[in-house]
Amino acid sequence: MIAAARTILRKDLLIELRTKESVPAMVLFSITVYVLFHFGLDRDSLDGELASGVLWVTLLLAAVIGVSRLFAAEREQGGIDGLLLSPVDRTALFVAKAVALFLFLTAVELVAVPAFGLLLLGPGLGGAFPELLAVLALGNLGVAAVGALVSALAAETRAHELIVPILLLPLLVPVLIACAQATEPLFRQQAGPEDLARWLGLLTLYDVVFVLLSVAVFDFLLED
Amino acid sequence: MYSKGLAPLAAATAVTITTAFALVFFYAPNDADQGFIQKIFYVHVPMAIVALCGFVAGGVFAIKHLRSGDSSWDMRSYVAIHLSVILGVGVLATGAIWAKASWGHWWVWDEPVLVSFLVVFLLYCVYYPLRFSIEDPGRQARYSSVFAIAAGAFVPLNFTAVRMAESFTHPRVLSQTGGDLPGDMRLTFLVSLLGMALLFVTLWKLELTAKHASMQLKKLRNRARVAA
Amino acid sequence: MPALPLDEAGKYVAGAYVVFVALILVYVAIIGTKIARIEREISAIVAAEEDE
Repeated sequence: MIAAARTILRKDLLIELRTKESVPAMVLFSITVYVLFHFGLDRDSLDGELASGVLWVTLLLAAVIGVSRLFAAEREQGGIDGLLLSPVDRTALFVAKAVALFLFLTAVELVAVPAFGLLLLGPGLGGAFPELLAVLALGNLGVAAVGALVSALAAETRAHELIVPILLLPLLVPVLIACAQATEPLFRQQAGPEDLARWLGLLTLYDVVFVLLSVAVFDFLLED
Repeated sequence: MYSKGLAPLAAATAVTITTAFALVFFYAPNDADQGFIQKIFYVHVPMAIVALCGFVAGGVFAIKHLRSGDSSWDMRSYVAIHLSVILGVGVLATGAIWAKASWGHWWVWDEPVLVSFLVVFLLYCVYYPLRFSIEDPGRQARYSSVFAIAAGAFVPLNFTAVRMAESFTHPRVLSQTGGDLPGDMRLTFLVSLLGMALLFVTLWKLELTAKHASMQLKKLRNRARVAA
Repeated sequence: MPALPLDEAGKYVAGAYVVFVALILVYVAIIGTKIARIEREISAIVAAEEDE
């Protein structure tokens, strides 16, 4: 299973490296949304809960783009049928897609988070580390697991670009709640973590539930 | 098959609901703080509880469907979710009416149960476009079941998360369900809850019967067309 | 939280219960139309059978 997952993952990463479709678009999208928030909120700098909210909503919306594109390569080249005919372990497929999404999100955040610090964040990012990394890691894991599941669910519907956002975003509300609440004290003028353990705990619970659930259920998707 | 026991069930539902209404308006005392407004809770909270149980039941039926491949479980899952969505509309409507009466606004973010319900409702609304955009019936049933399971697991997680968030910004304003209800209110609440649950099961069986009959009819019609 | 006078509060409470009853009735009406359609189709099949 690990070998199969690694093969699929390598293929997806190579495609992304070559075509550079998803990650740059997600980065551009994030920065554009920061600009929108600047004009929409009419603020030059944010801190505390406003900053936290803007950052996480932006990252989640960018994640929607990534999730929409996750099975795009297979769909466009008619590859989904090829994938179905070959005896690929569905769990391997899920792991590969989830890890790919996790890596894409990390790549996007490598640019989008510093950009946020530059453009909108009043107190600066320094005070937020290293706790912010923990929040990002656990948050990305949840988004990756649920995103892979949603992407597969929507993969063969006619209107998948419409379905993905309205399906993914409500499911990610707990992630948003936990990440925003955890990050809010990190973005204050006197930054310092508060109640971090309980929000990381919620994120961990969410991640465990959805990773296990997705692995259990993925066998029933994308089969014929 | 599905209509077995439907008539006595419907009768029991009618009796229970009538009793509940009578208790609400003639037996339960007025709440000290909220006065008459509090009576809304005898319909709002049972609807919410039954709807949430309905969503979870939809998930359980979906698990049975995936494990057995028997499409009758998928039908049970679909109808349970469908009914819960309708109840969900009722929950949000009665919740808004209560909010307007208590706070003057048609919506408040203070009540974590209501807020969490909104998120769950939005999620389950996606069930329909997802389901009906898949043409192949076998695949449609399977994907719907996957959704129902994921969404069913999501309900308690979401409730927890929203509860955790709200308890920081707004202290819980009301203790709604039965924790410290005085005896006569508690009895009224329990009867209302029972009535709502019976109503759900009755309507569920009713819709399943209609759907099943409709499917049999389609088979019959196809056979007649082939023979002709 | 203010305890509204009975006449004002009564409207809201009545509204909530009306919503509940209305939902049930709408639902029953929908199932009723479904059953009517089933009945019509059965008569059509029976009629077609009798013609042969």
